[in-house]
Amino acid sequence: MDDISIVLCGEAGQGIQTVEKLFTKIVKKAGFNVFSTKEYMSRVRGGSNSTQIRISSKPVSAYIDRIDILIPLSDESLEHVKKRISKKTLIIGEDKYIKNSKTNNKIEIPITQLAKSIGNIIYSNTIAVGLLSSICGINKKILNNTIEEYFINKKKELVKNNIKAANKGYENCLEQINKDKIKTIISPPNKKNDNIILNGVETIGLGALAGGCNFISSYPMSPSTGLLTFLSKHSKEFNIIAEQAEDEISAINMVLGAWYVGARGMVTTSGGGYALMTEGVSLAGMIESPVVIHLGQRPAPATGLPTRTEQGDLEHAIYSSHGEFPKIIFAPGTLEDGFYLTQKAFNLADKYQIPVYILTDQYFIDSFYDIPKLDIKNINNINHFIKTDKDYKRYKITKNGISPRGIPGYGNGLVCIDSDEHDEEGRITENSDIRIKMVNKRLKKLSEIKKEIIPPELYGEKDYKILVIGWGSTYHIIREAIENISRKDIAFLYFKQVYPLHNETINYLNKAEKTIIVENNATSQFSKLIRQQTGYEIKNKILQYDGSPFSVETIIKEIQKMRES
Amino acid sequence: MNEKTYDVGLVNTAWCPGCGNHSILNIMKQTLLELKIKPGNLVVVSGIGQAAKIPQYFKTNYFNGLHGRALPPATAIKISNPNLTVIAESGDGDMYGEGGNHFIHAIRRNPDITNIVHNNMVYGLTKGQASPTSEYGFRTPIQINGVVSEPFNPISTAIALDASFVARAFSGDIKKTKSILKKAIQHKGYAIVDIFQPCVTFNKINTFDWFKENTYYLDDSYNSTDRIEAFKKSIQNDKLPLGVFYVNKNKKTFEQNLKLHQQNNKPLFKNIVKFDKILKLISLGT
Repeated sequence: MDDISIVLCGEAGQGIQTVEKLFTKIVKKAGFNVFSTKEYMSRVRGGSNSTQIRISSKPVSAYIDRIDILIPLSDESLEHVKKRISKKTLIIGEDKYIKNSKTNNKIEIPITQLAKSIGNIIYSNTIAVGLLSSICGINKKILNNTIEEYFINKKKELVKNNIKAANKGYENCLEQINKDKIKTIISPPNKKNDNIILNGVETIGLGALAGGCNFISSYPMSPSTGLLTFLSKHSKEFNIIAEQAEDEISAINMVLGAWYVGARGMVTTSGGGYALMTEGVSLAGMIESPVVIHLGQRPAPATGLPTRTEQGDLEHAIYSSHGEFPKIIFAPGTLEDGFYLTQKAFNLADKYQIPVYILTDQYFIDSFYDIPKLDIKNINNINHFIKTDKDYKRYKITKNGISPRGIPGYGNGLVCIDSDEHDEEGRITENSDIRIKMVNKRLKKLSEIKKEIIPPELYGEKDYKILVIGWGSTYHIIREAIENISRKDIAFLYFKQVYPLHNETINYLNKAEKTIIVENNATSQFSKLIRQQTGYEIKNKILQYDGSPFSVETIIKEIQKMRES
Repeated sequence: MNEKTYDVGLVNTAWCPGCGNHSILNIMKQTLLELKIKPGNLVVVSGIGQAAKIPQYFKTNYFNGLHGRALPPATAIKISNPNLTVIAESGDGDMYGEGGNHFIHAIRRNPDITNIVHNNMVYGLTKGQASPTSEYGFRTPIQINGVVSEPFNPISTAIALDASFVARAFSGDIKKTKSILKKAIQHKGYAIVDIFQPCVTFNKINTFDWFKENTYYLDDSYNSTDRIEAFKKSIQNDKLPLGVFYVNKNKKTFEQNLKLHQQNNKPLFKNIVKFDKILKLISLGT
């Protein structure tokens, strides 16, 4: 086997995240490629959460149902993941947690007892890291060095004990391996892995820094809060103002205030918070202010499933906010896209003076994997504001609809902006001729925007008969499924810009004998958009709206079914 | 700078003849001129309503935003470019009703901005409904049996939150109001000036004469640094005090509390992206 799936399952607050962070670092150092994702409940203690860690000698970046090794850490664990346990699943853990397993493929390791022998049950997590390392054939040196690095800012005693704990787990497991109870399932590849490990929200954060973001104001809301945390953490180093607003209404209005004086600002939120921001988005449309919006989707309506995933807010993002004005919506499906699209979002927002969205979801935000180092050599930021002269008019009618944007305190002009309809100087008017000119001016920007829409990307056979369509976070899942199916008649069309749609879209669709859309929602919002914009109706739909991401297996199964029908 | 510095030529205001807004506009222009604040260095942020139209009628940068939402952009403008003088100005419905939450949190943050509220105790632009400051029993086409909610008291609320400058003025008194506004704008930190103002069309109770009869000025012996005393004055309602109720000079402003501005007041638009540091951060992922 050169691709194994490890699942740790336990209660909130048990420290599974520590195992995830530490163990992914260790396996990457050993040369493996690694992917991890988590599903968790909306609570601080108790319940059942699980984390999947995939290890392979090839790049892996998608969620799968299969579990090769399960480490249950609570009474409820087996029940929680029972649908995913097969005869082949090896279950490792304390007797009390594994005894109800119906299979014989299990190994008892007294994790708690071992932890207590070191002095505290808190070391259970590191013991788990140790035993997993021995199963993966990882060199002990790598294990110990990584632990030392990981706990570098902690007390010496704690570091020592963690190393001790990891070694106990490692040796205990090694004993079982030697007894041939465990056949070593995977061994490190003979290569060095210089990749970096990031998760979705970190790439958005890095993209924001690269795009010159220096202002963020937001209200905490799962699963989007990580971005506010990331930029706050780096605020001192990068001269960023990061403010927790009293509500989302304040958040977006602050960000518009910041852009008005030349800062580069963004908000991060999820569906419910975004709903509160929509009047502010409309204000951005009217005053022609740039703004970057990170919208991390979760299942709704209302509070929905706060910590789970869905692609249910595409229509919300497109059609929210009263009135008619242009916007751009990006939906990154890879960590690289998360970085480059966010950086680009700041520049497009500034150039066209419009809202630009980064539409992600819990699955994208919380998934880690290793990628080659992000290349920033060719990244460029252009500030589009100008130094004003005495006769400056903020809403000067121009050929392409874009009026040069001045900012107060820079130049000799005055910058007057109004949420009412306004004339070129920004003063209120109800003159119908001016109204028509201003509406046309704002909408004219759309034809400029259309010149630089990012085209969809095609993977698989160029001479496809079956075309699978996806957008945003499902990218790697669909791609792995297509690679697994490995048929000559199938291809995958991936959209990272979902609005406005690229002109080529219809040509891709017309070429296929059968089209299949994959969406993490119940009403297939993207296919509705495609139909509205192109007239083409995608009849075959793979939809999932239970709050979990698609698995590679589900996509394979559904595509096979549809291919036959 | 001269008397014309703030004029925008002939203006056809949306205000009724006799409205207190005319007088406040006049006072504003005089105050700014006497303080020698250049129009280019001033930003007036307003919401929606008749009062919120004020920046349309004199020379200034302005951000005439959404109903109730003047304070968030005003705060952001000040912290993004501390060199600007920022005034957030709107009516009682806008600041205390629709924007009530921001009022509380702007006080907590204490940015160096001046918050001017035209308080006529009634909704003008929507034609005569109750405002948060309408008196108990005030009848309108919606509150047909009279207002039954307790009127919002911005002065006592602000003092309760330890706002750093709290004052009340009357649009009918140019000299005194100008002097209060000057102090408010010069104050380092958040300053609220609630300005009583008659609405000649929709408020037949709280008229020019009513304000004259029912207000008095805090005299020279009054100590505006005593918060308890200030609170007592703020809840007095047999006769309503005018003047500076409370000043707390010991508070740091929001800008001063931000790490970013502790070295200098460099505006954010002069920020340069630190790509070398981004590269370092990216490498941390290894």
